[in-house]
Amino acid sequence: MEFPIYLDNNATTPLDPRVLEAMLPYLTSKFGNAASRNHAFGWVAEEGVDYAREQAAKLIGCSDKEIIFTSGATEADNLGIKGVFEMYQEKGNHIITATTEHKAVLDTCKHLEKLGAKVTYLKVKEDGLIDLAELEAAMTEQTILVTIMYGNNEIGVIQPVKEIAAVAHKYGALFMTDATQAVGKIPVDVNADGIDLMAFSAHKMYGPKGVGVLYVRRKNPRVKVTAQMDGGGHERGMRSGTLNVPGIVGLGKACELCRLEMDEEAKRLSKLRDKLESALIVLEESYVNGNTEHRLPHVSNISFKYVEGEGLMMAMKDLAVSSGSACTSASLEPSYVLKSLGLSDDLAHSSIRFGLGRFTTEEEIDYAIENTKKAVNHLRDLSPLWEMFKEGIDLSKIEWAEH
Amino acid sequence: MAYSEKVMEHYTNPRNVGTLDKNSKSVGTGLVGAPECGDVMRLQIEVDENNVIVDAKFKTFGCGSAIASSSLATEWLKGKTVDEAMTIDNMDIVEELALPPVKIHCSVLAEDAIKSAINDYRVKNGMEPIELAKSHH
Repeated sequence: MEFPIYLDNNATTPLDPRVLEAMLPYLTSKFGNAASRNHAFGWVAEEGVDYAREQAAKLIGCSDKEIIFTSGATEADNLGIKGVFEMYQEKGNHIITATTEHKAVLDTCKHLEKLGAKVTYLKVKEDGLIDLAELEAAMTEQTILVTIMYGNNEIGVIQPVKEIAAVAHKYGALFMTDATQAVGKIPVDVNADGIDLMAFSAHKMYGPKGVGVLYVRRKNPRVKVTAQMDGGGHERGMRSGTLNVPGIVGLGKACELCRLEMDEEAKRLSKLRDKLESALIVLEESYVNGNTEHRLPHVSNISFKYVEGEGLMMAMKDLAVSSGSACTSASLEPSYVLKSLGLSDDLAHSSIRFGLGRFTTEEEIDYAIENTKKAVNHLRDLSPLWEMFKEGIDLSKIEWAEH
Repeated sequence: MAYSEKVMEHYTNPRNVGTLDKNSKSVGTGLVGAPECGDVMRLQIEVDENNVIVDAKFKTFGCGSAIASSSLATEWLKGKTVDEAMTIDNMDIVEELALPPVKIHCSVLAEDAIKSAINDYRVKNGMEPIELAKSHH
């Protein structure tokens, strides 16, 4: 086993060696500009891009003409939301999203509010899922876009995407989803799910950083977005800029591997995840955050009450995980996603996210279980709150000097 | 952010973890911070008849820097008179542990915990609490 053990695959994934191998020629001999139409260098690069586009399209069940390459999911989210707002402003100015979205969606919506958009931020239920009745109640004639993520990055819950799309379409709005955590991990089919626009990224599925996709539907309905990057008219005019050929080739290979291996990988990972989770949840006062039935197979988010996440991670120094706690003077606020579930601040501060991945082994999970248990017990020995809890003191009755 | 060696050292081998009898007249207890903010420190001192701190214990809910700050504080307190203890400044802790700016609040909390423990001791023994400067937060 090599240390530290990487269990933060929701943040990013390592590059699959097979992806690297596919990319290498495009960093050296096949260096051409895919837009160079009049010599072999350009054609070779274009071939690589075409193959990648086909693979990306196959993975999500669309036509290759509907794939717009971007620099990543953040750019794809920006292009989708801002592009729709600008393109459809004569139809309306209302956008619906949810409070647990990634910042790439939330901050884009906030930006549009300054430009005249009306945005509804739907609250989520305790399990992290949105309430479809609330969504329907929020729809108006002005609603042009509903944008709700597929799988959540912090807790892994999978939204009822198909049902959400149906509500959006019933009121004549488009449905967009940030599927960064879901594509390549679980089957995503834009037609079966009724998705009009979708963002995802290569580096969350064992591809390189700096490349992503915005899927834009071309039929039933034909969706248009206003370009946010002007220039040479690449990507059907929706995203100018010389194509990142090696990155795109890597994304294509990553998509191909996911399509071929996803089913087995998901089974293996959910088994390992469940093993980890069930071993940790037996620790007293430990809680799984978010819906455990509708959840990505590789994620587990657990709060260990009475210990603070950042301090806990230090004791888990052989494990690379992440916490919903942020103990910095810039932000004492714990994770807004966990708070949206109605978790109290202290439980949000006590959370650890485990993100398993393609290269996670059972041996590593066994180690992680022991390491985490030890760390939690060690930190609880140090915790005045744990001592008070054990003495039966009601912590909510204490007047804390908030600082 | 990487932690300094000294923070790691205190975090890995915290000094004086534990609990003193909070009902004893010779013990002063300071409980500062709040669970909602992600850090709570409890610092206790035991003072002898010569006004010397003969023992100090802590327990902390918080990040590594908060744990290290309180561990260091208990180490410094032992053997000091109460008056000397009052002069411990949070910036001394920052310097000793090489805390980055985003972790300065951990040292402030430790200073608050020291002063609050001393005041608890003073009040228990019929002395006026010392007026504390407004918290730095």
